[in-house]
Amino acid sequence: MHHIISIGDFDRDGIDRLLDHAGQIQKKKYDAHALDGRILAVLFFEPSTRTRLSFQSAMARLGGTSLSVGSVEACSMAKGETLADTVRVVSGYADAIVIRHPKEGAARLAAEFSTVPVINAGDGAGQHPSQTFLDLYTIRQSMPLDGLDIALIGDLRYGRTAHSLASALSLYNARLHTICPKGLELPATLAAQLAAKGTEIIEHDNLEEIIPDMDVLYVTRIQRERFPDSASYFNVASSYRITPELLAGAKKRLIVLHPLPRVDEIDPRVDALPHARYFEQSRNGVPVRMAMLMQVMQ
Amino acid sequence: MKNNEAAENEGLLVRRIKNGTVIDHIDGGEALNVVKILGITGTTQEALSIATNVPSGNMGKKDIVKLTNRELSKEEVDRIALISPRATINIIRNFKVFEKKGVEIPTLIEGLVRCPNPGCISNTHEPIRSKFRVRPEGIHCIYCDWVISRDITSHII
Ligand SMILES: [Zn+2]
Repeated sequence: MHHIISIGDFDRDGIDRLLDHAGQIQKKKYDAHALDGRILAVLFFEPSTRTRLSFQSAMARLGGTSLSVGSVEACSMAKGETLADTVRVVSGYADAIVIRHPKEGAARLAAEFSTVPVINAGDGAGQHPSQTFLDLYTIRQSMPLDGLDIALIGDLRYGRTAHSLASALSLYNARLHTICPKGLELPATLAAQLAAKGTEIIEHDNLEEIIPDMDVLYVTRIQRERFPDSASYFNVASSYRITPELLAGAKKRLIVLHPLPRVDEIDPRVDALPHARYFEQSRNGVPVRMAMLMQVMQ
Repeated sequence: MKNNEAAENEGLLVRRIKNGTVIDHIDGGEALNVVKILGITGTTQEALSIATNVPSGNMGKKDIVKLTNRELSKEEVDRIALISPRATINIIRNFKVFEKKGVEIPTLIEGLVRCPNPGCISNTHEPIRSKFRVRPEGIHCIYCDWVISRDITSHII
């Protein structure tokens, strides 16, 4: 049985294959009845409306149906019950399960107890492979994935999407440039793992200085809760804000990505620039998730 | 000759046993962790003797644990390997070494170590045992990817 739990379970070939498939799907080259009669259980113990809708839309486009359990229902269903039991029961109702859960490793656990394939749609501070696939897919729409200079900007300590993207890009000989507030650096264990794979990680203080050399800016949200008061938050957040002025010296092919929702990290005036790809990135969620669903159910 | 001499010295520290297991070449200072792994306490039956910081040619210092009337399971041997990869297990029957073997570090450790990550699903009431994969840089929680790279014994459950 094939599960999709962590981007770390994929090698470069596996990633390329899935992205190629998503590309075919986006060109409408797919069987709209591929998953006729199949049922997807969407089990979210934590709210994330976009991700949930994106999986449901993907399932519907392939002819399947989905049973969606929102976070409130999921939590009350699981009241006092272990996740293991919930998953055993739900796998009797569906042909695959998409799960989002606040605990790290929850999807790996679900896969141990499920009798149907499991797709991880985010487990706490852990993995979120469908986001990583669509990040990679969006980059590949503009440029080959090999040897990129990518700047990871913002909260690199808790930002799991940045972690999995960094791990995936290490398979493609990327150079990672990190720019983040003090205290929100990449976790040391992750940095060590990446370095062990031969990935170059370069820390920077000044965003403006490195813009001309970058191919991708991956911007993540800096959460207000991480700071003692609003003033220090605004002070820090404003120094990482992407503006048209900042992008003036950028390469033509530079793209700006953000896993959305954004708050103040990107000036809305950037939206009109050709560099802005975050809405496209979000739209790419459907074909990428269609490819994932087909991979586990066919 | 040298070996015999060493054996003599050990003989002074720890009495010979009739039946049981001698765990030799334990890294210096790790004997008590070996005892912990084997779950030997005042309520269990085995007679136990420990020698610690015994001078040893190859290792500098080593520890030795002798257990009467007990042979170890594969899982127990794997656990010892984790904290003392050079340990040797001697099964003693009727005062003679019946079998002597080294230990091998397992590729997957189940139920031995608690994941230090409070957000990890393995630290909840789910019906699972912790699982760590052994890699050169340390052991990885298979659930949350947390890496324990040093002082593994302090995380032993
Ligand atoms: Zn863990």
